[in-house]
Amino acid sequence: MIKIKAKDVDVFYGKKQALFNISLDIEENQVTALIGPSGCGKSTFLRCLNRMNDVIDICSVKGEILINDFNINDKSCDVVRLREKIGMVFQKPNPFPKTLYENVSYGPTIHGIAQSKQEMDEIVETSLKKAALWEEVKDRLHEPGTGLSGGQQQRLCIARAISVRPEVILMDEPCSALDPIATAQIEELIDELKKEHTIIIVTHSMAQAARVSQNTGFFHLGQLIEHGSTDKIFKNPDNKKTQDYITGRFG
Amino acid sequence: MNLILFTFIVLLGFTSYYFGRKKAYTIQSTKKRLTALPQFYGYYLAIWCAIPAFIIFSLWAIFEPTIVKLLVLSDYSNQGYLDDELNLIYEKTKALSRGQFTGEITPFIEASAEKYLSLRSIAQSSKVVIVLSAIIASVAYAYKRISSNSRTREPVEKFLKAVLFTASLAAILTTVGIVFSLIFQTIDFFKVIPLFDFVFGTHWYPAKAFVRDSSEALDPSMYSDTFGAVPIFAGTFFIAFIAMCVAIPIGLMSGIYLAEYASYKVRQYAKPLIEILAGIPTVVYGFFAALTVGPFLKELGTSMGLEVSAESALAAGGVMGIMIIPFISSLSDDVITSVPQSLRDGSYAMGATKSETIKRVIFPAALPGIVGSILLGVSRAIGETMIVVMASGLAANLTLNPLESTSTITAQIVVILIGDQAFGDPKTQAAFALGMSLFLVTLCLNIVALRVVKKYREKYE
Repeated sequence: MIKIKAKDVDVFYGKKQALFNISLDIEENQVTALIGPSGCGKSTFLRCLNRMNDVIDICSVKGEILINDFNINDKSCDVVRLREKIGMVFQKPNPFPKTLYENVSYGPTIHGIAQSKQEMDEIVETSLKKAALWEEVKDRLHEPGTGLSGGQQQRLCIARAISVRPEVILMDEPCSALDPIATAQIEELIDELKKEHTIIIVTHSMAQAARVSQNTGFFHLGQLIEHGSTDKIFKNPDNKKTQDYITGRFG
Repeated sequence: MNLILFTFIVLLGFTSYYFGRKKAYTIQSTKKRLTALPQFYGYYLAIWCAIPAFIIFSLWAIFEPTIVKLLVLSDYSNQGYLDDELNLIYEKTKALSRGQFTGEITPFIEASAEKYLSLRSIAQSSKVVIVLSAIIASVAYAYKRISSNSRTREPVEKFLKAVLFTASLAAILTTVGIVFSLIFQTIDFFKVIPLFDFVFGTHWYPAKAFVRDSSEALDPSMYSDTFGAVPIFAGTFFIAFIAMCVAIPIGLMSGIYLAEYASYKVRQYAKPLIEILAGIPTVVYGFFAALTVGPFLKELGTSMGLEVSAESALAAGGVMGIMIIPFISSLSDDVITSVPQSLRDGSYAMGATKSETIKRVIFPAALPGIVGSILLGVSRAIGETMIVVMASGLAANLTLNPLESTSTITAQIVVILIGDQAFGDPKTQAAFALGMSLFLVTLCLNIVALRVVKKYREKYE
C-alpha cells in the first residue's frame, strides 16, 4: 500500500534549483532507502516530507506530496500535526540538554498526548524499550541525555521520535556519526520499527541500504535517476549511472 | 636632547635590522642553508640594539637624580642641617637652575645651582656616550656571531614573548596598585570610624564632617552617626533593581527577537542600532534623566495626585535600565545564536512551534549565558555614577519609595571628592571605604558571571 506519493516535486534554494521533478511512491511499513552521492538532494527530499525546509528562509518547495492522500504542501496543512505524524532522526545525535526522561516526554508534552504522570511514564518506558535503550538507562532516567555515548544518544533520539507514535519516521544518515557496533544496533532497530512505522532512510552506505531497505531510490544531481525494489536496484539496475554508483565507479 | 637620542637609537635599530638581514642574504648566496628566515637575523640584531639601550636608560632614570642630589648636597654636609632643610635647599637649587626661583638668592644656592647644572650636563653627555658605545659594541658582537647555523629564531620569539608578558603585567600591576591604595586608605578610615557603624549605621551625612577645621584635633566621637552606609547601599541596590526591572525584560525579549525571529536583513540593521545605545556617553543619559524623564514623571505624578520628587529613584533607575538594555540584548542574542541549530531542528521535527522551541529548548540551553549577561548588567548598574549624580539627587534617604530621591555609593564618592580635599581626613577616606565596598561587590558579581559563562562554554565547545 502506498503511504506517501510525491508528484513533480521541485525545490529551490533561492534561485538555485536543488531538486527536479521528483516523483516517488513510498510503501507503507517498509524501509525505503535514498542513496546517491553527496549534494544530490536526497536529504533535501527527505526534509520535504515533514516540511522541515520551512525552517530555511530561502528554500521553496513546489509540487504535490500526498500523505494518506492529503497534500502536505497545501496551505490548509497544519505543520504541527504533520510533524507529529512524521518523525525525524538526524545525522548527528541531537538530544536536548535535558534529562533522558524529559527528552522522551518532550513530544507527548507539546502535543498533549499523556493525560497523567503515570501515562507519561508508560510512554517513556515503551518508547525507550522500542528504541532498545531501556535496559541501559532505566536507572538513570533523570540524568542529562547529553551524557550518553553517541550510539545511545542516537537511540534516545529515535525513542524521542517514536514517543508520539508517528506513522512515518524519516532518518537522515542516522548512523554516519556512529561506530560499527552502534550502527548494527540501529539497523536492527530499524528492522523492528518497520512493523509499526513507515521508514525512509537517507544513507551513504550502499551496504546499509542493501541490508535494511526493501525499496531504494537513487538520486543524482537533484534528479531521481531510478527507484524500485532494493533487490532490483542492486542486482539489475536499468540505468547505467545507478550501476556505476552501486559498483563504486563514481560518487 | 633625550628625544633626539631616542630617535637616533630607533634609527640604529632599523640599521641593525637591515645589516642583519643583509648578512643573512649574503650567507644565503653562498648556497648555505640558513636556520631561520633572513628577517629573523635582522630582528635578532635589532634586539641586540634595543636591550642595552633600554637597560642603560632605565639605570640612568633610576640612579641619576639620586646621585646628582647626593653630590650637590655633599657641600652642605657637616653643617648640621636637618634632612627636611636639606631637601628644601635642593628644591631651591633646582628651581633656581630652571630660572623659576623667586625668593632671595643666596650665594650658597647660586653655587649649588651651577654645580647642579654642570653635573646634569655631565650626566647627559656620559649617557649619550655610554648608550651609543654599548649599542655599537653589542650590535657588532652579535653581527660577528651570526652565521649560517646560529640560532636567531628562538631568541626573537623569546623576546616577543617577554614584551607581551610585560604588557599584560602592566595591566595586572595597575589593578593591584589601585586595590592597594584603596585598602590602605580604607584601613585608615576604619581606625576612626568603627566598621560596625559603617556597615550598620542608618544615617549618612558626610557634610557634617566638612565643617571640621583641619587644625582641630581629630575626635572620633564627632563622627558618630555620620558615616552609616546602610542608606546608600540600600539606594544603590534599589536603583540597580529598578534599572534591571527595565533592562532584563526589554533586553532579553529584544535579544530573543533578534536571534530567533528577525530576518537576516532586520538583524543586520537592528543589532548595530541597539548597540548604538551602548555608545552613548552616560553623561548624556544623565541629563536625559534629569531634564526630560525626571520632570515628566513629576508632572505625571502631580496630575495623578502623587507627590513625586523631581530627582526620583525611578527616573534614574529607569534611564539606567535603558542604558543597560544593549548589554543584555546583545549578549543574550549571542548566546542564543550559539545554541546549535541541531537542537532547534530536533524540536521543530517533533512538531514544536517556534515559541515552544524557544521556551522549552533554546532558553534552558542558553540560560547560563543569559544569567551571565544579566550579572554583568547588574555590576554595571551598581557602578554607574553619572546618571545617579544628575538624576537622583545626593541626599542619602533611606527609602523604598521609587518616587523619592535616594543616593548611591558612586554618587556619594563624587560628593565627597569634589572640590578641595584634605587627605588623611575621615571624610576623604570615607570615599575610599565606599570605593572598596563597591569594588568588592562588583568583583563578586563579575566572578560569578564569568564562572557561569565559562560553565556554559564548556557545554558546547
